[in-house]
Amino acid sequence: MEAAPKRRRGEAVGAWLLTLPAVISFTVLLLLPTLAAVAMAFTDFELGVWPPAWIGLENFSELLADRGFRQSFANTVIYVGLVAPVSVGLGLAFALLIEAGTRGRAFFRAVFFLPVVSLTVAMASAWQYLLHPTIGPLNSLLRSLGIAGPAWLSSSDTVLVSLAAIGVWENAGFNMVLFMAGLTAIPRELREAASVDGARSAWSRFRLVTWPLLGPTTLFVVTITLIRSIRVFDTVAVLTRGGPNRASETLLYTMYTEGFTFLRLGYSAAITLVFLAIVLLLMLLQTRVLDKRVHYG
Amino acid sequence: MNAAPASGPHSGPDSGPDSGPNSDPNSDPGSDPDSGGLSVERAQLALGGQPILRDVSLHVAQGEFVALLGPSGCGKTTLMRVIAGIQSADSGRVRIGGRDVTAAHPARRNVAMVFQSYALYPHLTVAQNIAVPLTMTRLNGWQRMPVLGGMMPGSRAARAAIQADVARTAGPLGLSHLLDRKPGQLSGGQRQRVALARAVIRAPGAFLMDEPLSNLDAALRVTTRREIVEVHRRVGAATLYVTHDQSEALTMADRIAVMQAGEILQIATPEVIYRDPVNLDVASFIGSPRINLLEAMAGESGEVRAAGQPTPLRTPARGPVTLAVRPEDWVLDPDGLPARVEHAEFLGDHMLVHLRIAGAPVILRAEAGLRVTVGETLHLGFAPERALLFGADGRRVAAEIREPARA
Repeated sequence: MEAAPKRRRGEAVGAWLLTLPAVISFTVLLLLPTLAAVAMAFTDFELGVWPPAWIGLENFSELLADRGFRQSFANTVIYVGLVAPVSVGLGLAFALLIEAGTRGRAFFRAVFFLPVVSLTVAMASAWQYLLHPTIGPLNSLLRSLGIAGPAWLSSSDTVLVSLAAIGVWENAGFNMVLFMAGLTAIPRELREAASVDGARSAWSRFRLVTWPLLGPTTLFVVTITLIRSIRVFDTVAVLTRGGPNRASETLLYTMYTEGFTFLRLGYSAAITLVFLAIVLLLMLLQTRVLDKRVHYG
Repeated sequence: MNAAPASGPHSGPDSGPDSGPNSDPNSDPGSDPDSGGLSVERAQLALGGQPILRDVSLHVAQGEFVALLGPSGCGKTTLMRVIAGIQSADSGRVRIGGRDVTAAHPARRNVAMVFQSYALYPHLTVAQNIAVPLTMTRLNGWQRMPVLGGMMPGSRAARAAIQADVARTAGPLGLSHLLDRKPGQLSGGQRQRVALARAVIRAPGAFLMDEPLSNLDAALRVTTRREIVEVHRRVGAATLYVTHDQSEALTMADRIAVMQAGEILQIATPEVIYRDPVNLDVASFIGSPRINLLEAMAGESGEVRAAGQPTPLRTPARGPVTLAVRPEDWVLDPDGLPARVEHAEFLGDHMLVHLRIAGAPVILRAEAGLRVTVGETLHLGFAPERALLFGADGRRVAAEIREPARA
């Protein structure tokens, strides 16, 4: 009889021992760095200046007043506002078209997925060439049509749109693959039942069956695209360095320059917190609001 | 194998087999393809070089219930999909309600279909599921819009009419209290009835059912059979019911179409199919326990000998034939074929005795009171007017009675 509680304790110890590697790696690799970043955001920590002083919310009040940060925030919102809807819509369109087709499915899937597996930094040079104002194929095509093409990446009017186009190119293929996975999970019989039930057009079958049953996939794709596009950094860093005149500076790029160019790590950590807050807000939106309106199997 | 010479295939003793594989649908009883109903004319389909449908013709008259019976993989579901328009055949025509719909979209064929998996829309409530065929036809695209649709002119009245129709259809099927549930919250039998309701809510020109009972448990299957027959009577549409379960086909259908390897072997009433099959495949497919087959030989003058013994049968065929006797048609007869008892099953009101006649396994359906011991030899005769003979090619040959049967 006395053995029972002892054995239960032994089991508990065993369980903790088994989870220990995960607990340690979570603490060391995720929890502590995050807490360190949070703590740093309330200091004036600069590389080479020791010791850092606790300055409370000063970093955040500086952020609010900083026109450069406000511009970078607005740029990010515009970039996300362009990339997320277009790449989700295109991803869905590609997935539906490839699903509906009978020939060349593997080929088209590979073509659209290529941007996802290719290195953005390497592909950026290709984009730089494509969008070059004088020697770029895009502008020479426009010239042959009698249109004077803008300097895509070096004019502050077009730089964000150009970057957003590259972002769409990067994300649409990824979204397409996710949508294709979602589409295969929809039983074919449902679409057949819909056509027998009088859904004459492809659009009405999409409305009746495909779109509602794709709900969970769409929700996931939207969330992941928002988060991926907020994190835009490599194209900005390689192609424009935030320019011209900060017209393409985004949150992560500002964070990078503050932290690694000006070495103001405390200020940079404050920007990180803002970034983190936005991502958490999006996740909350997903679980609290959208999740309720989606049908799961 | 030497083919039976003589005068080729013959029809059975009582009438003739109702119709063979390539028979003209016009010859089916009570049918005229132009009067309505459902008909398939010479449908052929091959997928990946594999023939699925071989020149299939079939007519289901208005108000008739035809069961399409066959083993799995024989093409019966494909035939149904061709009729519904979900799949197109390589050649042949489909008519529904007297209209040629061969090239028409499924939505324009006015067919209703119950899928084997029911294919209910999982995100819609029971009421919305049942209403789909009506919302698709009575409301236009604008009126179907989620929020805006309610404000479109005429939408209110049309929706109210649909609601009334849904209630009218759901009532007799016992679904009234389930209208707000989602399919995921229903039992298998309830889902099946929702699928049925969705199919019958608009008066369909043809009603197709693809093994609708195969996902139900045995007890529910028997009660649902009756429900389906009742629904069919109420709707009165030409009904084609696909099944691999012969007891469903025998109990429910006005006529049975037996299909095998993409061909319709015979279309006839259940009784004719059972008593008067056109070939060995139909005979052995129908009936449970299976019909007993004995190798037999037709002599010079056509007299049939089985297991080395004379039988009361004579046939125009010559050479090896197959004698087929239903388990209930055996009689104990001291002059009959010697049969060794191997096993006996008591089944309450009757019993099944497994025996061997010259090495061939046979089953005797007997009164429950019969006393047999394993290893004992019984002598079995058969009711000659009920025995069937098949030629070496599996086709039916005539069996005439040589001498009066002894009871």
